[in-house]
Amino acid sequence: MKLTLFVWRQPSGASSGQLVRYEAPDVSPDMSFLEMLDVVNEGLVLRGEAPIAFDHDCREGICGSCGLMINGIAHGPMKGTATCQLHMRSFKDGDTIYVEPWRARAFPVVKDLVVDRSAFDRIMAAGGFVSVSTGSAPDGNAIPVPKPDADLAMDAAACIGCGACVAACPNASAMLFTSAKVGHLQLLPQGQPERHRRALGMEAQMEAEGFGGCTWHGECQEACPKGISIDWITRLHRDFIAATVTQREESAADAGF
Amino acid sequence: MKLDAKIPDGPVAEKWDRHKFEMKLVNPANKRKYSVIVVGSGLAGGAAAATLGELGYRVTCLCFQDSPRRAHSIAAQGGINAAKNYQNDGDSIWRLFYDTVKGGDFRAREANVYRLAQVSVNIIDQCVAQGVPFAREYGGLLANRSFGGAQVSRTFYARGQTGQQLLLGCYQALERQVAAGTVTMRPRTEMLDLVLVDGVARGVVTRDLVTGKIESLAADAVLLATGGYGNVFYLSTNAKGSNVTATYRAYKRGAAFGNPCYTQIHPTCIPVSGDYQSKLTLMSESLRNDGRVWVPKTAGDRRAPHEIPEAERDYYLERKYPSYGNLCPRDIASRAAKEVCDEGRGVGPSGLGVYLDFADAIGRVGEQQVRERYGNLFEMYQRITDENPYRVPMRIFPAVHYTMGGLWVDYNLMSTIPGLHVLGEANFSDHGANRLGASALMQGLADGYFVIPATIGHYLASTPLPKVDTGHPAFRAAEAEVTATTRRLLSIGGRRTVDSFHRELGKLMWENCGMARDAAGLKGNLQRIPELRAEFWENVNVPGSDAELNQALEKAGRVADFLEFGELMCRDALEREESCGGHFRVEHQTEDGEARRDDERFCHVSAWEYQGPDRAPVLHREPLTFENVHLSTRSYK
Ligand SMILES: Cc1cc2nc3c(=O)[nH]c(=O)nc-3n(C[C@H](O)[C@H](O)[C@H](O)COP(=O)(O)OP(=O)(O)OC[C@H]3O[C@@H](n4cnc5c(N)ncnc54)[C@H](O)[C@@H]3O)c2cc1C
Ligand code: FES
Repeated sequence: MKLTLFVWRQPSGASSGQLVRYEAPDVSPDMSFLEMLDVVNEGLVLRGEAPIAFDHDCREGICGSCGLMINGIAHGPMKGTATCQLHMRSFKDGDTIYVEPWRARAFPVVKDLVVDRSAFDRIMAAGGFVSVSTGSAPDGNAIPVPKPDADLAMDAAACIGCGACVAACPNASAMLFTSAKVGHLQLLPQGQPERHRRALGMEAQMEAEGFGGCTWHGECQEACPKGISIDWITRLHRDFIAATVTQREESAADAGF
Repeated sequence: MKLDAKIPDGPVAEKWDRHKFEMKLVNPANKRKYSVIVVGSGLAGGAAAATLGELGYRVTCLCFQDSPRRAHSIAAQGGINAAKNYQNDGDSIWRLFYDTVKGGDFRAREANVYRLAQVSVNIIDQCVAQGVPFAREYGGLLANRSFGGAQVSRTFYARGQTGQQLLLGCYQALERQVAAGTVTMRPRTEMLDLVLVDGVARGVVTRDLVTGKIESLAADAVLLATGGYGNVFYLSTNAKGSNVTATYRAYKRGAAFGNPCYTQIHPTCIPVSGDYQSKLTLMSESLRNDGRVWVPKTAGDRRAPHEIPEAERDYYLERKYPSYGNLCPRDIASRAAKEVCDEGRGVGPSGLGVYLDFADAIGRVGEQQVRERYGNLFEMYQRITDENPYRVPMRIFPAVHYTMGGLWVDYNLMSTIPGLHVLGEANFSDHGANRLGASALMQGLADGYFVIPATIGHYLASTPLPKVDTGHPAFRAAEAEVTATTRRLLSIGGRRTVDSFHRELGKLMWENCGMARDAAGLKGNLQRIPELRAEFWENVNVPGSDAELNQALEKAGRVADFLEFGELMCRDALEREESCGGHFRVEHQTEDGEARRDDERFCHVSAWEYQGPDRAPVLHREPLTFENVHLSTRSYK
């Protein structure tokens, strides 16, 4: 296949960027999207030009490193598929493809297609864990967990933290990510003691990072490569309300972390 | 250099407990006076950093990805072993120990393996407490499955994403310590050198991958948990960034490299589709629980699989290994696949593939059950190959997957450089010449959660550690070296890309140091690799500058190390004139093509000591003794 690409090039976070046109003359339908970019990059290097920077690592759709806006769609046209798992057979000979980075205030561009998603780590640090130090755990079978709960928790825990939900959202909200991370732990008995602190802490951090609010567009769920449902957002709202009430009752003294 | 494994005295089952009691402790109030650098945030590094932070040490943790959660451990699919015996099927610590020693073809240290089996049970408890959503039975208790090479069900799993869930548990524990201020996390930071002061590891030189800044970090101890080096083959199931740089540069600073030639080739990966191929995708071994492996009986049979009648199919694993069948260990299954392909019976466009067929399983338990067990793997397969494995048998072929070799460590996980500890896939211990499925996750977490937190205390409490900061000349010198190498790479301006060198090296390694190795091929590599390396330093093209995010430069540094390391692997493979586990020397096989070990001459760990750029490394041997599991020929027939 022969394709025309318009790729966002931006030398650094501080500089401005623009779309640059490249020809990809010899694309096999069995290539992954990133392999197609590899081939373009090989050509650029041989011509003495800077290759296109993009994040990637596992190339199996699990590490969450990759993530491109492809023709305006986060991770491209194939539903439930991360960029690295998208294959060129999803495109036709002669197509023009626009490739851009995630766009969100909380995800500043680092270079070309690479963005800074460290805000997600800080949301996690604000309560996305069970406070159990190594060595203090009871036997793994001491607390039975109903299979449906474990399965549902796993649905939420499947999030790869790629940020497509933010990129797809007109408000650049991180609600799907945050709700999935909160939801996974809230469903398990191990997550109960801290459930209120967790919901409050993570939601507060999400706001502090500059993500937008959720107004139920549902674009996040469409873009998610792991099929995470917006039902998790409803659950988070419920948790948040319950937590706010409890917090008021518990006195403000121990609300901080 | 003297190799002292420091194995504690006493019966194997009591060594670890006794050792824990005998080791010195650091007083709780003193822990915060000690600083530790952890390079790597995978299961081994993440677990170590979180746990040391909980204990009160001042920890700095580095990874090259943009978040610690993306370490390569995230990609593990199948599961993690533990000797819980929840299934009452005869498992025990002793059996896991036995299976691991035997599975490793008697090339691992008994004492280490026993300890691994022992702490395996604590790992599961810890992970459950963290909220890892393991698969469960309807009664709410943990589910298990059996996994390659085991006759008991001891593997715990979270759908096909066990590594992801374990790593997220670990990452969450790590972020908790980041919030508590005990761990400083430095993502997008690459370690480029190890710094020794008076012969003791006291810090690292790093490059900030965003700004390009070269910087030093000083500490009281350094832990490397930087994963495996399978990418020396270019194509492997490892993540693209996985590399040998951290361990190789430590080797150049004096850490012995143990058994570099021990490589695991995984039997069930999606075959290569073209020259542009950038990595290989693993199809979890758990598929072999239900899938049957076969090829046509006659060479050159190009009919579609459904047109080949039962009688003309060769279910070669079931035929050759009746008691283990499709579940025989990885090295055996991989070699058997290579054999049938060499005979011209391989399938698929390239002839480098065998079928993994689910028709019988679907007939037996129904498509729904199969979907429940393997749904996400089937989807992944279909996405990559555009074929529906519910209808057409999967095509699989072996691919490089794991490296048992790594920096040599003693029982305390300390390398031959005092203060430098090595954890997880980066060290050589525990798996011998072949790793059993679901044991790498176990080892990474054992090292990180349970072993190093105990042994590092002893090291710190018993070693005089004068105060050192990054102003010390040793740091300045290492920084200058790193800067010079970086500048040199950028200044070559040749006509070949980094990837083209990497691919060429990979091909040499795969052909001559892969599934089957012989003296002629290895000697050829020992000649060819230095030539390729020389060409690299004259003709590579690394665009851009050192003061920016420069992925070509990152790759170039890693490939430069692979170009040296590949030679070390071949040297080790040539020297080990026997076949054991994943190391198959064509000259050493039985009449029916099975590996032939030579315990008289090779029942030892090979540990290589660097001697400088133009001199051959020196080989040291750590003899292995088997007092509990008696040396015997592995048989899975
Ligand atoms: C596809 C796949 C599936 C697998 N499935 C299983 C399974 O089911 N069960 C099982 O037991 N095992 C499995 N394995 C093996 C297992 O996943 C790995 O052996 C294990 O996760 C390695 O963990 P680690 O912590 O040692 O290293 P890694 O997880 O590889 O982590 C390495 C860390 O080091 C960092 N790093 C590396 N170099 C540098 C440097 N120079 N500077 C700074 N940081 C650096 C990286 O950023 C990363 O954080 C699988 C492996 C693969 C490839
Ligand atoms: S590169 Fe890991 S998810 Fe795409």
